[in-house]
Amino acid sequence: MTAILAAGLSLKPQYYEAAQACRADGLWFEVHPENYMVDGGPRLGWLQSIRAEHPVSLHGVALSLADDSAPDAAHLSRLSALARRLEPALISEHLAWSAWRGAYHPDLLPFPRTNEALSRIADNIARTQEALARRIAIENPSHYVHIDGHAWDEIEFLAELARRTGCGLLLDVNNVFVGARNLGYSAVSYIDRFPGEFVMEIHVAGHTPDPSLGAALLIDSHDAPVPPDVWALYKRLTDRIGPRPTLIERDGNLPDFEVLLAERDIAEALAHGSLAKEAYA
Amino acid sequence: MMASLARFQERVSQALYASEPDAVPEFAALASQPGFAVYRNTVMKGCIDALQANYPSVARLVGEEWFRAAATAYACVNHPKDARMLYYGENFPDFLARFEPAAGLPYLPDVARLDRFWTEAHAARDEPPLAPVQLSHLAPEALAETVLYPHAAARWKWFSDLPIYTIWRRNRELSDCGSEIEWRGEGALLVRPYDAVAWIGLDAAGCAFLDACMAGLPLGDAAAAALGVDRDADLARLLSTLLDAGAFGRIMRIQDQQQKEAS
Repeated sequence: MTAILAAGLSLKPQYYEAAQACRADGLWFEVHPENYMVDGGPRLGWLQSIRAEHPVSLHGVALSLADDSAPDAAHLSRLSALARRLEPALISEHLAWSAWRGAYHPDLLPFPRTNEALSRIADNIARTQEALARRIAIENPSHYVHIDGHAWDEIEFLAELARRTGCGLLLDVNNVFVGARNLGYSAVSYIDRFPGEFVMEIHVAGHTPDPSLGAALLIDSHDAPVPPDVWALYKRLTDRIGPRPTLIERDGNLPDFEVLLAERDIAEALAHGSLAKEAYA
Repeated sequence: MMASLARFQERVSQALYASEPDAVPEFAALASQPGFAVYRNTVMKGCIDALQANYPSVARLVGEEWFRAAATAYACVNHPKDARMLYYGENFPDFLARFEPAAGLPYLPDVARLDRFWTEAHAARDEPPLAPVQLSHLAPEALAETVLYPHAAARWKWFSDLPIYTIWRRNRELSDCGSEIEWRGEGALLVRPYDAVAWIGLDAAGCAFLDACMAGLPLGDAAAAALGVDRDADLARLLSTLLDAGAFGRIMRIQDQQQKEAS
């Protein structure tokens, strides 16, 4: 199913008309399902009319899988209802948490990768996949702080989750770049070690330096074009594992739709260049 | 004893909103890192941006700087309860009513209530609006015994003291027509019969009429409620205005209702 997806774009309300009209080959769109968890109204109508023309991916930000408790039943049921309505090509979530005792923090928060966290998260992913009756992909988050008490390396942690639950992984190359720079590890080595067999989707995006700390602290802001460093990591990854559905993730400082289509062409050229090389090697 | 993941989450949850996030010694090593501010800023910005998107008329009235300061004060104590940020800020109108810096702007909480109505109408369940033709065959006495239920997206309120509807509309529509505002009570009706939210002014009698319909009373009683507020109310014109706006959804004859309850 995912093999037919080429590169996709974040769908924002500003792009509804252009998105619906665009006939670019293999184009798909990704949305945050939380923005469409409404009883009715034009939002669902817009999304369904785009879904009638293009595959859609649901990229959740609020299931709070890295949580000491099970996913919120109401939220999971809204996600299931949306998935039934849209029949998305992909559903993904983050290796992070955002809910605590009835409060929702609108961010993707870190945690110590312990054995306890591993079993809790594996259980939460299993519950989610059972509710949705399908495989989901889990994304590596951006990192901004050093945390004491990690018992697991992040890649090994993600791979173990994939083995235990059968979930796939979403490799966000920009998050790797940002986290490597902020915490001082090697982005190249992270990309080279990532288990390609689990990767269902790739994200690329732009980032910005922290307004006060500058380049010492990069923010995963999704409000700029994909920079050359991230494209280089993307090429390195797809050279090794082959092409995957790739999202140009853009949430802020939105350019014209054509600008994003041009970035999409770059992703296609890099990934399919690698495909040709593998095919003819 | 809480498990360690739970303890970690609890500490982070506190530190995200605390004025001194690194005050807890056990947690200082994490919260004192410059990167921890990224999480604090993202959470707070997420809340404030959502409030600004959900209360655009209030933001336009008071200016962005004032609004974001008020939104910060709100978000520090009213954390989102779920991930649908479209719905965040349910208590923001009540908060503004108690917010001391807003004391000189008595219209602000009710303008916020109309912004909230807009959100509720925008995201409400879809329902076909009642077409006027569905009433045209009813004799007057049958009409009096008919219940019209307000449409799922319809929201209305009478504001007895201030011209809330005019103030809200000018800021929601980004129009300053320049004409003087008449300082008297006003009501508003927001509807979304199809895709787009629309609004009209509604007088006290009209609001009382819809309140009665909402309570499941037949049109005869709703008419009495409207006349109780304004004995000169033009009921035929009121009903036709409400029908044209798409303010009603289901229709039920009292005898149908009785049959349904009996069965």
